[in-house]
Amino acid sequence: MRLLIKNGYVVDPAQSVNTGKSVYVEDGRVVGLLSHSDETPEGAEVIDATGMIVAPGFIDMHVHLREPGHEYKETIASGAAAAVAGGFTTVCAMPNTSPVNDNAAVTRFIIEQAERAALANVFPIGAITRNSEGNELAEMGEMKDAGIVAVSDDGRPVPSAGMMRRAMEYARGFDLPVIDHCEDKSLARGGVMHEGHWSLVLGMRGMPAAAEEVDALRNCQLAQLTGARTHLAHLSTRGAVEAVRRAKENGVPVTCEVAPHHWTLTDEAVQTYDTNTKMSPPLRSRDDIDAIIEALKDGTIDVIASDHAPHHADEKALEYDQAPFGIVGLETSVGLALDRLVNQDVISLERLVELYATNPAKILGWQDRGTLKAGAFADITVIDPQYSWHFDVRQSRSKSRNTPFDGYSLQGGVMATIVNGRVVFLNPDFAQPHQIKYREAAAN
Amino acid sequence: MEMRLNGEQSTKYKAQSTNVSTNFQLKHLLGIRELSVDQITHLLDTADTFRDVSKREIKKVPALRGRTVINLFFEPSTRTRTSFEIAAKRLSADAVNISVSTSSVSKGETLLDTARNLEAMAPDCIVIRHSSAGAPLHLSRVCNAAIVNAGDGSHEHPTQALLDALTIREHKGRIEGLKVAIIGDVLHSRVARSNIYLLSKLGATVSVGGPGTLVPEEFAGLIEAGVRVERRIEDAIEGADVVMILRIQRERQADAFFPSMREYAVHFGLHAQHLDLAAPEAIVMHPGPMNRGIEVSSEIADGGRSLILDQVTNGVAVRMAVLYLLAGVAGKTETEPVKNGKDGSKEKKQRSRK
Repeated sequence: MRLLIKNGYVVDPAQSVNTGKSVYVEDGRVVGLLSHSDETPEGAEVIDATGMIVAPGFIDMHVHLREPGHEYKETIASGAAAAVAGGFTTVCAMPNTSPVNDNAAVTRFIIEQAERAALANVFPIGAITRNSEGNELAEMGEMKDAGIVAVSDDGRPVPSAGMMRRAMEYARGFDLPVIDHCEDKSLARGGVMHEGHWSLVLGMRGMPAAAEEVDALRNCQLAQLTGARTHLAHLSTRGAVEAVRRAKENGVPVTCEVAPHHWTLTDEAVQTYDTNTKMSPPLRSRDDIDAIIEALKDGTIDVIASDHAPHHADEKALEYDQAPFGIVGLETSVGLALDRLVNQDVISLERLVELYATNPAKILGWQDRGTLKAGAFADITVIDPQYSWHFDVRQSRSKSRNTPFDGYSLQGGVMATIVNGRVVFLNPDFAQPHQIKYREAAAN
Repeated sequence: MEMRLNGEQSTKYKAQSTNVSTNFQLKHLLGIRELSVDQITHLLDTADTFRDVSKREIKKVPALRGRTVINLFFEPSTRTRTSFEIAAKRLSADAVNISVSTSSVSKGETLLDTARNLEAMAPDCIVIRHSSAGAPLHLSRVCNAAIVNAGDGSHEHPTQALLDALTIREHKGRIEGLKVAIIGDVLHSRVARSNIYLLSKLGATVSVGGPGTLVPEEFAGLIEAGVRVERRIEDAIEGADVVMILRIQRERQADAFFPSMREYAVHFGLHAQHLDLAAPEAIVMHPGPMNRGIEVSSEIADGGRSLILDQVTNGVAVRMAVLYLLAGVAGKTETEPVKNGKDGSKEKKQRSRK
């Protein structure tokens, strides 16, 4: 099967390409970049990407697909459909399913379900400790053999520094990055939002920024001690970002990510008591956003990840302090980044591609993803920074609707998503001269 | 980058936070923070007129005859629930009390489902107390009935602040220019928040005092006018015309907010000599229920400066005013609010003549 993504503008920082090129794909792999003037290879299907940005497939390395165990919130199939509609060719599934992905059997189940859905690439992340309880190490070696790409106890961060040290030392031997959700539970316990002016006004218990920062600093020190590749998930405070900046300056193998809601909304949004503003880490202050924007610019932040966390409408309809943490984010991440970062001249398109493709692939140790080099998997995201659209959550592919971004008007969106050389998402507004054969997600 | 909420939500919020038209068409009473000075004054003036009703031999006016008021209490409460019930009955409303001792979640029914079921019985007003901040707002989104917040978590307790203001006004003749000290567990207090908003809107200055764990510095910026935050209660009380004491809960000791009730009583309890620091004629208030000998000594509680029982009396008047303005004729139509409770009896006379 041959595919030519023609006349687009290719941005691929991994090979320092930032120029008008056509991408030629054969049998699921990139053959190479052609000049616009080159002839269309014989028998190739053509996507006319004139005026579009053609980038290596975007990777969201922090999503919750809820299967097995909470299929009423999301399934691997519905999550993968949301992923490709949001421009992601690859997602990494956090292990807080039921049962927890702390053994090879669960890992294999997730991979099989993803193959059945056949939309996005889904790579499981294994638990650090058994049942993510923080007491005993999970069988990382077995899970690695079965297909995990990293370990994390995500929402239940390893509380003991001693255990975290062992986990890092052990994971290092399997070349698995250790991902930590930085939260000192003794400081954050009972909190439902950021601790500050708005938590006082609203009368709700806050989670101080220090809860995240104490743990971020701990993890940086442990990364230095163990030499393990350490990735700090969804940072949201000035102090946490600063901790990473300093660790990087000292050559510590630390990387980090941020979620779109942490640079678009402040804790002021909580004043409606809308439970779609409740997530962990919580929406922070204006000053924290400023620090994150700065760190997105200067490279301290490596990755944008959505922390896609579907919850059923009934659960989110509870009182604010009783509703679960988390919002969906796969379908709004890239649009928000184009609208709020690229189109506001905060970051360049090249930097955007680094945050969404180049760096996640690097962190996960992939040579053949996150780039459009010859021989790489033909995972491709086509975006249009000028495309104006409305996010309507009723049109979402996800099973859940918990987003604070419903109704947002955004400039910049995803036009097509190609996974392993197969078109899996085509924006209806991305008119093509010829009928493109592609597999649209089955309705969930 | 501009922080914004999506269009639908922001209008929803607007509709609820500024739910007032020009002549006091307050749909719900969810908090003091979003009320205007005029609205507060109107509520207090209306409460003033209702105070007389409780002094009569026949303590009843027909103002809310045929209206249904549901008291939906998810937290134990004697004083507030009784106060609302008496207020409703003195206005001739049918009052129904629902006490949910366990949380809605453990009962298997959500708050919204409970609300929808009650709504289906067409009440005119639902008075709600709930341990979750924002629960009344949550309810107001699905109910046509007027929602009155009778205390939600640590958020607001608007009728308490109104009755406190009524009591202060009664004894001091004004609120503007007064110095008010609020002492104790400000962090967890909905009473403190509602009072800070209300008293500062009416021109008082507020200081708060207590241990650093319970009186965070951030309270200084709670309102635009600012709040004076003091570590020693003596400093907070100095020159105060009104001293408000907050209840301290034993559970806070377990959460390490202070070492012991004994130490709390010594360092943060109000004793007779503290009043020497306050302004002459200073008054003392407490929203109840009191821990005698802990946050307030009996000497003060039972002393001449204490208005604790006046507060309770005024509580009925304030809640009558709130129910009258929200669930009554004034709350339903554009007619001028009735100036005093006597109009009700006039109506009665007209009807008996027919």
